[in-house]
Amino acid sequence: MLAYYFSLAWRSLRQHRALTVLMVLTLAVGIGATMTTLTVFKTLARDPIPQKSDRLFRVQLDMYPSDVKNSDNEPPDDISRFDAEALLAQHHAKAQAITVAGGAPLEVGTQTPYSAAMRYTSADFFPMFMVPIRYGHGWNANDDASRARVAVLSEELNQKIFGGADSVGKSIRIQGTPFTVVGVAGHWRPDPRYYDVNTQRYGEGEEVYLPFSTSRDLSLDMNGNMNCYKASTEDNTSLNAPCVWLQYWVELESPAQANDFKAYLSRYSEQQRAAGRYSRPPNVRLRNVTEWLDYRKIVPSDAHLQLWLALGFLVVCLVNVVGLLMAKFLRKQGEIGVRRALGATRRDIFIQFLMEAGVIGLVGSVGGLLLSLLGLWAVRHQPTDYAEIVHLDPVMLALTIVLGVIATLLAGLLPAFRAMRIAPAIQLKTQ
Amino acid sequence: MLEMKQITKVYRTEVVETHALRAFDLHVGDGEFVAVTGPSGSGKTTFLNIAGLLENFTGGDYFLDGENVKGMSDDARSKLRNRKIGFIFQSFNLIPDLNLFDNVDVPLRYRGMTASERRERIEKALADVGLASRMKHYPAELSGGQQQRVAIARALAGGPKLLLADEPTGNLDSQMARSVMELLEEINASGTTIVMVTHDPELAARAQRNVHIVDGIATDLRHESPLRRAAITAGVAGA
Repeated sequence: MLAYYFSLAWRSLRQHRALTVLMVLTLAVGIGATMTTLTVFKTLARDPIPQKSDRLFRVQLDMYPSDVKNSDNEPPDDISRFDAEALLAQHHAKAQAITVAGGAPLEVGTQTPYSAAMRYTSADFFPMFMVPIRYGHGWNANDDASRARVAVLSEELNQKIFGGADSVGKSIRIQGTPFTVVGVAGHWRPDPRYYDVNTQRYGEGEEVYLPFSTSRDLSLDMNGNMNCYKASTEDNTSLNAPCVWLQYWVELESPAQANDFKAYLSRYSEQQRAAGRYSRPPNVRLRNVTEWLDYRKIVPSDAHLQLWLALGFLVVCLVNVVGLLMAKFLRKQGEIGVRRALGATRRDIFIQFLMEAGVIGLVGSVGGLLLSLLGLWAVRHQPTDYAEIVHLDPVMLALTIVLGVIATLLAGLLPAFRAMRIAPAIQLKTQ
Repeated sequence: MLEMKQITKVYRTEVVETHALRAFDLHVGDGEFVAVTGPSGSGKTTFLNIAGLLENFTGGDYFLDGENVKGMSDDARSKLRNRKIGFIFQSFNLIPDLNLFDNVDVPLRYRGMTASERRERIEKALADVGLASRMKHYPAELSGGQQQRVAIARALAGGPKLLLADEPTGNLDSQMARSVMELLEEINASGTTIVMVTHDPELAARAQRNVHIVDGIATDLRHESPLRRAAITAGVAGA
């Protein structure tokens, strides 16, 4: 019988084209707007490292002087070089990494120097953040300690300067200093770039990875935030500068380990206070990736608002579809009366008309899908850093169809119920 | 085939109570052709709706082919209606969006028959009413008489034991009316029971038996003298 109901629905849609077009367009616009907004929202809100987002933690320590007023009582986002190196040396977590963005001129052979985007970090960065290594390997803790002149290249840079070949062992020069390539990363582009949201959050990442210790030894330029709390004649990036500018991440295996690590950070803060470096009582934060992205409002609050507005718009469209379906179904009172007289049960009538709503939903969803693709194309042409990564993935594509059909079935419930309740006797006489 | 005992039907609104049928008794035997007459508002349509299981009654008992339909669920009544009853309406009531084949197919679909069985029945029913060659036509492409023939084919396709006809020739000219009436007589001759509501005394006279309804009460004219029968059908007071 479902095939029969489907054929009736299809025929009905073709025979009342103006009304059908109106309903399909109404639905398509509602679904298109919702799915475009939802896709942007999902892109912004997605978990960039779902395998271990609950095990990677961002460390915050409160080294604000006592006269700095921070109403939310939150410690600074970044930590000082002194603290970062001290925590790294104590190696209290399973894995830990200092990281900060930088930039320096890069030369290969006789090629023209090229300003490369860099990341200064420590050895655990690669396994912690699951950076795929295509050739060679990352560096080790000894390289960090010895400030080794070693580098890992991104896949894109390796393609650019070595034609994609295995360049391990090759030499490059960074700000005039020779470095040996020890590894080439595979394709790796976490969106958002959660490990450092101070710089560009989406899009192409850094091209060269160097040991942080080496970057300081060579005084390479850093990019990102630099907040200093006291006047100082020292270089802001020096070991004892009263400045916070480094991101520090740890990998912990369990909530118990996280609690233990937090207690360790409090003890560390207490020690620093006792040593006169900190002015305030221990005030530490340990946020996992998801919590960190929430805290840094990676999904802007207006994206939430837009999503709610789009859903509200979809509801308005659906209410209109309910009205149009009601008008359409009630115009068929005569047919309903005849069908009931010829043996259709109320359930038969209900399913027949719900099927008609479902078919409208299906066609409207396809229209909504096309409008979503158009909407996302428009988003990709906006000057935002996430624009180019906004795409309708297969899940969202399936969701568009499912959402459209389910929403229209829900919209069709009341009209189908009303159709089912039509008294056949009256209709037969009044036809 | 059809037996109504002391059937009453009361329509109630907030301010008024209308008795459409009062202690309505009627027995129609298998294979009979009964004409039901009566003035407007006498209860003919209410009787037909109740007989066709399209409406519930307030009191009494109704046996259709031996089954008491009192208290039956809407689903059960729909299924019984589909198996046992065929309808012919004054305004044909064909579905305009469906061609003749699909119109005749409607009651068979609700019977759950196989496609081949349905096709066989539809083709035979349309052939029986002389419209086999117009299966793919739509109702709007036919004359009134042809549309009523399609409606008859639709009513007969399921092989009902009872055919309920509500003014079947009311919208037709005399020639078409005659042809439809002849078709009904043929159907009755083949064993189908027919109950026909009509205003037309000539058509009523062609039925085997006449039942006259006045103020919701049925009178079987078979039991009345010719003089009194004439008085009843003419609506003479005190008849």
